[in-house]
Amino acid sequence: MFQIIRTATILFSVLTALTGIVYPIVVTLVAQIAFPWAANGSLIESTSDGTPVLEHKNGRDWRGHSSEQGLRLGSDVIGQPFSSAKYFWGRPSATAPVPYNGLAGSGSNQATTNPALVDAVRERITKLRADDPENHAPIPVDLVTASASGLDPHISEAAAIYQIARVARVRKIEPSTVTKLVLSHLERPTLGILGQKRVNVLRLNLALDTNVRMTEAASK
Amino acid sequence: MTTSAWMEIGLYLVVLLALVRPLGWYMARVYTGQPCGLDRIIGPAERLIYRLCGIRPETEMNWPTYAIAMLVFNGLGVVSVYVLLRAQVWLPLNPQHLPEVSPDLAFNTAISFATNTNWQAYSGESALSYLTQMLGLSVQNFLSAASGMAVLIALIRGITRRLTETIGNFWVDVTRSTLYVLLPLSLLLAVVLTSQGVVQTFSPAIEVTLVESTTDAEGKPVTTQTIPMGPAASQIAIKQLGTNGGGFFGVNSAHPLENTTPLSNFLQAISILLIAAALCYTFGEMVGDRRQGWAILAAMLLVFVPMLSLCLWAEQAGNPRLTELGVDQSANDFQSGGNMEGKEVRFGVPASSLWATATTAASNGSVNAMHDSFTPLGGLVPLVMMQLGEVVFGGVGSGLYGMLIFAILSVFIAGLMVGRTPEFLGKKIEAYEMKMASLVVLIPPILVLGGTAIAVSLDLGRVGVSNPGPHGFTQILYALSSAGNNNGSAFAGLSVNTPFYNCLLGAAMLISRYWLMIPVLAIAGSLAKKKYTPPSAGTLPTHTPLFIVLLAGMVMLVGALTFVPALALGPVIEHLQLTATR
Repeated sequence: MFQIIRTATILFSVLTALTGIVYPIVVTLVAQIAFPWAANGSLIESTSDGTPVLEHKNGRDWRGHSSEQGLRLGSDVIGQPFSSAKYFWGRPSATAPVPYNGLAGSGSNQATTNPALVDAVRERITKLRADDPENHAPIPVDLVTASASGLDPHISEAAAIYQIARVARVRKIEPSTVTKLVLSHLERPTLGILGQKRVNVLRLNLALDTNVRMTEAASK
Repeated sequence: MTTSAWMEIGLYLVVLLALVRPLGWYMARVYTGQPCGLDRIIGPAERLIYRLCGIRPETEMNWPTYAIAMLVFNGLGVVSVYVLLRAQVWLPLNPQHLPEVSPDLAFNTAISFATNTNWQAYSGESALSYLTQMLGLSVQNFLSAASGMAVLIALIRGITRRLTETIGNFWVDVTRSTLYVLLPLSLLLAVVLTSQGVVQTFSPAIEVTLVESTTDAEGKPVTTQTIPMGPAASQIAIKQLGTNGGGFFGVNSAHPLENTTPLSNFLQAISILLIAAALCYTFGEMVGDRRQGWAILAAMLLVFVPMLSLCLWAEQAGNPRLTELGVDQSANDFQSGGNMEGKEVRFGVPASSLWATATTAASNGSVNAMHDSFTPLGGLVPLVMMQLGEVVFGGVGSGLYGMLIFAILSVFIAGLMVGRTPEFLGKKIEAYEMKMASLVVLIPPILVLGGTAIAVSLDLGRVGVSNPGPHGFTQILYALSSAGNNNGSAFAGLSVNTPFYNCLLGAAMLISRYWLMIPVLAIAGSLAKKKYTPPSAGTLPTHTPLFIVLLAGMVMLVGALTFVPALALGPVIEHLQLTATR
């Protein structure tokens, strides 16, 4: 018995060092050298004048990205709360105490039969309709249901299209301009099979702001 | 159900089945000590470990010694995780300065990770330091999986050996599982995951400025968002491969930093079933008849595919109460539709249903969508998959040894029908084996149903419920099914971080893991002692379609007989309520 405890203790310590220290350090080293942007949270930064750096197509920069003095505008893969009519809105978020709380990702965990879920969805529909009274289209489901993580960065193509008219009207720009922007931000299923067509809301809104700024500069 | 959903699922099954043979063959070489390719690199390290620990790899153990070695080794794991959780505030690599964890939560978490369950009553990003995650949880992800694989290999040796007392050396089996199988695969998967956006760093959380500021519940403005960081990818890789399932972040693989893209999702979903499926081939290879392995795998698929179809159909059908409000839940060119509450857009209904079925078929328990918000029938699928005893794929090692026990049960019942002494792969199945097999089959249901009865009878249990009606009952039943079968997934609305649930579920996990492993090792020891009985005209062959159907039927029948009344009280009633016209 003593022999077993002794062997178990040494083997446990050796394997702990191997799988708990050496292994994560090796993965970290490889990741930091090969994929520094992705392994560090896929941060979107702005240049010193506030323009977001959005040149990474689909957010994948295989060479890595060195930080300048700009502001950190967010993570490419973490959603942010948007509620003003001039922005595209993302998924409702169930995190507390603020929506899209990065430190407390959470779903609503409401059951399909829970009356609170129906009330919450009804409230979201009311808000969507209030900001866009002329739009009578059925509302895409992902726009009124809370995501699993509370941090979902995407909405469906349908949810983006639903909001085009509102955003264009509030910003006083042509709907076709907004449509073009939405379509250029459409991400497709990997290999045509895996996952869903989707639009990254933060990225789209940043592009929207940049686009407006450029138009203003051009008209001056 | 759309064509694209079936293409995604079809691709999943094709890739999974294509990997079964090479990996299964490789593992058979590893466990029988034959050259496997990697031994040239890993061999010296392996021998060094044996020398350090004073292990003589050629010395074998009888089954009680094997069981004691396994228990002592796992006991060290419980103690080590408990100490780390209680002491993390004084230890390094705690950039968020998180406090120590309460005793009951530490007890629950230590057992949870040592038993390969990975039930989580905490959120990683706000409760656990990087050191605790790495040195406590990641390590247990490796070692609990390796322990399960070791016990399986011991059982296979018991089946194949004749007239001997010994069933192998536990130290060697654990070391080989870790060094040759789990570590190389995890390394590969972890690096690929980081390329997709899964974080892997020791830096503290990062603060970013919100594009549009928001307000908190008290109306105070909030202008920043904190992005959690940490060595996540290395832990996530082994969490999937070792069927552990414990997320680095609270919402597990629904978190964009834990599962960023459809590709990372696909690879993680493959990893959930990969080793468990490949071990079937390893089994066939080691008993010298590959058809035996394929037959077991076929029986697993025979349960898995229909259950997956049910889940996908129920989720895609959506929530009728939202349709009444004018919400569009149809699947079309612009959206995948369905019941999107608690799901992520990048995965949609198909990848979420596939994951839910796979993670509960295997005793993985990680989630990429919130099962609590599934439709009643969609949520019934993961619940039933756990209640079947985690033998349809199941945990690495533990799933297949559970399934082999069901195979023994099947030949026994078939033998009763024709009045012959049953045999399994040339070994007579007698009273002792049947007693042990009955323990394996009966202990989890007793834990699940007994535990549920206790929890619903006490205020302590009922206060955790967050959804009204039958769904509240299902939340409790789900928690006990998960702990009592070492799965670890949850209907996460249930508040489980209370002393009551931490202790009840901790005890269920502990009993279900080791009171199954010990009888399995006893069967291994008993079979090893027996002589080989050549097949005769009355022997039931165990590789035929007849046996595959019998085995799958046995699994379904035992599960159905045990759990249908409980299911009727929960998801079945809820489904009727949801679909009834009001």
